[in-house]
Amino acid sequence: MGAAPASRDVTSYGMGLAVPLALFFLVFFVAPLLQLLWLSLHNDTAGLHWGLSQYQHFLTDPFSLGVLGSTLLLGAEVTLVCLMLGFPLAWLYQRVGPRLQTIIILIVLLPLLTSVVVRTFAWIVILGRQGIINATLQSLGIINTPLKLLYTQFGVVIALAQVQMPLMTLPLITALGRIDPNLDDASCSLGAGSWRTFFRIVLPLSLPGVIAGCTLTYAAAITAFITQSLVGGGQMLFMPMYLYQQASTLQNWPFAAAISIIFLLAVLAVVSVFTTLGRLSRGYGGT
Amino acid sequence: MVDAPSGRSLVVDAVTHRYPSGALAVENINLDIKGGEIIALLGPSGCGKTTLLRIIAGFIAQTQGRIIIGDGIVDALPPNRRSVGIVFQNYALFPHLSISENVSYGLAARGIDKADRQREAQRLLELVQLPTMAERLPRQLSGGQQQRVALARALAIRPSILLLDEPFAALDKNLRLDMQIEVKRLQRVSGITTLIVTHDQEEALSMADRVAVLSHGKLEQFGTPSDVYDRPQTLFVNTFVGSTNRMPGVVVSADRAAAKVRLDAGAEIIARPAAGALTEGGRVTVCIRPEHLQFVGDETGFAGVVGMSLPLGATVVHEVTTADGSGVKVSQARFGETRALESGAAVRLAPLAPSLANAFPATL
Ligand SMILES: Nc1ncnc2c1ncn2[C@@H]1O[C@H](COP(=O)(O)OP(=O)(O)O)[C@@H](O)[C@H]1O
Ligand SMILES: [Mg+2]
Repeated sequence: MGAAPASRDVTSYGMGLAVPLALFFLVFFVAPLLQLLWLSLHNDTAGLHWGLSQYQHFLTDPFSLGVLGSTLLLGAEVTLVCLMLGFPLAWLYQRVGPRLQTIIILIVLLPLLTSVVVRTFAWIVILGRQGIINATLQSLGIINTPLKLLYTQFGVVIALAQVQMPLMTLPLITALGRIDPNLDDASCSLGAGSWRTFFRIVLPLSLPGVIAGCTLTYAAAITAFITQSLVGGGQMLFMPMYLYQQASTLQNWPFAAAISIIFLLAVLAVVSVFTTLGRLSRGYGGT
Repeated sequence: MVDAPSGRSLVVDAVTHRYPSGALAVENINLDIKGGEIIALLGPSGCGKTTLLRIIAGFIAQTQGRIIIGDGIVDALPPNRRSVGIVFQNYALFPHLSISENVSYGLAARGIDKADRQREAQRLLELVQLPTMAERLPRQLSGGQQQRVALARALAIRPSILLLDEPFAALDKNLRLDMQIEVKRLQRVSGITTLIVTHDQEEALSMADRVAVLSHGKLEQFGTPSDVYDRPQTLFVNTFVGSTNRMPGVVVSADRAAAKVRLDAGAEIIARPAAGALTEGGRVTVCIRPEHLQFVGDETGFAGVVGMSLPLGATVVHEVTTADGSGVKVSQARFGETRALESGAAVRLAPLAPSLANAFPATL
């Protein structure tokens, strides 16, 4: 509330402090990106002829477009699963005592404390033909032949959802925690049932968290090379693996570069939709 | 339009609540509130006011006892079916909804169509004198305006009971007075049974038809403002409501109507046994309000030495040290030229009337 020092523009504070990070970004992020762009604009692997043929190839090739489509779809499915499972968990977190809260936070954070590779192998053990799920169902006599879980879209979605869950749950817990609990009570005392309270009050006010969680989960899910490849196996091809094959196995660097750029743009498009939604919802909540 | 009958009676019947943590928040509270009354629930912070309010609203299920609204026991009803309007201390307006949507929220929950809802919201906003704010968001309003909106929102559902939890605590002094008058006006217009929680005794005395004084979860007294102020039933009520001098003494003789008490400060006075009969020879605490003490010229009363005199506008408060070393305050109305009392002057003091000195059995 005190009078702000007049002539000082807050946005000009300590820009110098950002210089090291800016330099780091310039050298290790912007420069490689430009190199990638430069590479993708060549028609031949030797890099002698300029042209857009790599992009043309990708955008007219049904196989490549299929890989892109299934990758974006995978991201959407994982995000949806994380949201459906993470929201109730975050909601629960705000309504239990401190001891249960600690346990929930521990469960949420646990995946972050183990290596992705370890977690992914755990899923292979769980989902495999002789894995825990099939063994249990068979011993209970519910099924006769093992279900095919590993190397399926279902398996990949489940494994990725578990791996990325903290990215969804943590922003949701933060967002729900910011909602004044009296609002719940106010809504209820005004005659609203729990569904109306949820859809009119809790959900709109938690939207910034939902959008942050979805953006993070989506971006992480579609680029999750290890989990996608190990749980998806040979039959399922997603963009990161496609790119890796083109670059490493086939040495087709210009095409791999074009794939990267297209993938990057696709992700940016999806993320910017999310952030636009986020900015619209900023009108809510606030302070 | 919704037509819930307003001004229904409210009975709090032997309500006790113990939180799962073990804290006994309210204990055996009995209140019998008539339809259309305005009641203040007065007590220091932590005495269980909010707990009792939340039990009446249905947010907490009491451990024991019953809540009866009108002629129905409501204990089995969830908050959204009790028809109880609440104004929260922090107003709890929905930050993402416009003022109009906030006010009509309860009507929407009742399935009233949009046109009627808006008309009703506008009517209520006019009632609370904010007719031009309908399209704003809560954060674009000042504290006092937000409170009016919260009031309009609670009134919109035409509740049978209106509960206000420390409604004026966050407002500055002038605004508080405005809002107190406003709430009282609205209460008179709507005739709605109203319960105001407060820790401010002036607010309780000025606004309520009857005041329920709570301490440590127990009901100390439930009566009109003048009952509570002039005829306190417990030492706690006497000291919490208004200011008072506590003077220790011994009972010389006592019957039901009056007791003769020898004060440690050195005088025998007649006092009212406020909490029932007193035993002869027992130690008591006599409470006399500063405005009920007077300087006397003769040898009656007890002696003292004037310390400091504070002119407080309409009154002057003198601090007097008595023979036993304790201090008492004496408040005098200020006439045009009040006789100035020098610091160090020897004076004698006596209560204005026996009924204005309340004797309670000494605790400890
Ligand atoms: N949710 C709760 N769990 C346990 N104890 C509580 C809870 N809420 C309040 N209390 C305790 O109950 C007592 C009464 O609290 P409250 O009703 O909030 O008092 P007031 O509104 O008069 O300040 C206090 O001692 C408080 O510590
Ligand atoms: Mg309280």
